[in-house]
Amino acid sequence: MTTAEGDVFAIRTSQDVVIVRQEVRARAVKAGLGLVDQTKIITAASELARNTLDYGGGGTVVMEAIEANGRRGVRLTFEDHGPGIADIELAMKDGYTSGQGLGLGLGGSRRLANEFFIESRIGEGTKVVITRWK
Amino acid sequence: MERIPILAMGKALLITIQVDMHDRLALALEEDLTNRIASTGARGVLIDISSLEIVDSFIGRMLDNIAAVSRVLDAETVVVGMRPAVAITLVELGLSLTGVKTALNVERGMALLRSQCATRRGTHDHRRG
Ligand SMILES: Nc1ncnc2c1ncn2[C@@H]1O[C@H](COP(=O)(O)OP(=O)(O)O)[C@@H](O)[C@H]1O
Ligand SMILES: [Mg+2]
Repeated sequence: MTTAEGDVFAIRTSQDVVIVRQEVRARAVKAGLGLVDQTKIITAASELARNTLDYGGGGTVVMEAIEANGRRGVRLTFEDHGPGIADIELAMKDGYTSGQGLGLGLGGSRRLANEFFIESRIGEGTKVVITRWK
Repeated sequence: MERIPILAMGKALLITIQVDMHDRLALALEEDLTNRIASTGARGVLIDISSLEIVDSFIGRMLDNIAAVSRVLDAETVVVGMRPAVAITLVELGLSLTGVKTALNVERGMALLRSQCATRRGTHDHRRG
């Protein structure tokens, strides 16, 4: 698999979340994703960027154009050094929120991506990686 | 902060969301709209989202909240123009928007509002008589 150099974006304000959506869209188009797949990865990115901001206290996203077996795709890595998630299984459940959300961000973005990876340590932070292939 | 404009058309309020809203802007719209329904006595609210490329759980919750609050204030909300790719994605995200009435476009949305208001007037008259 080849990975082009990733671009890093800061997520510190709700306006940054808008920029993340636009940058993901541009990369999804460039990777040749169809309209529905574009919409899915942008929506998942919006959910994860908001989590990084609201729960992680801000962080970053790395956006990569990837290629494997002649297929192109987009990989997004969200990372923060916030409080971490105590119970990942619970956090992934649809409808679970520790805030005022609908509790659909993590479960929903897993469904909207082709690949989903989450890692979190209490007191250290959270990392979520999603990939959508053409 | 910028605001999403709210237009008055007879007894209805019309909102066309044309920008990619950040979360605070969405919250401001929810608040502005609630105030406008109360101050104008509007009977219908039409929200055109045909420009929106995505609807995530935050915007989804905003639409649900607006529909619920307007109902309490005796107004109906109709969301129009949702793109097919957005609708497909919403379902997979897990958002059902059960409390939100939708229509294909502005024309059909206005027709729906008119029929709703007429029905409700009918019900009131019936009760009185
Ligand atoms: N980056 C993060 N850091 C700490 N906690 C998180 C993070 N992302 C998600 N969580 C936790 O997981 C829960 C579920 O997240 P999500 O499915 O996006 O729903 P919501 O955002 O509506 O609460 C959050 O309420 C929060 O407790
Ligand atoms: Mg969330």
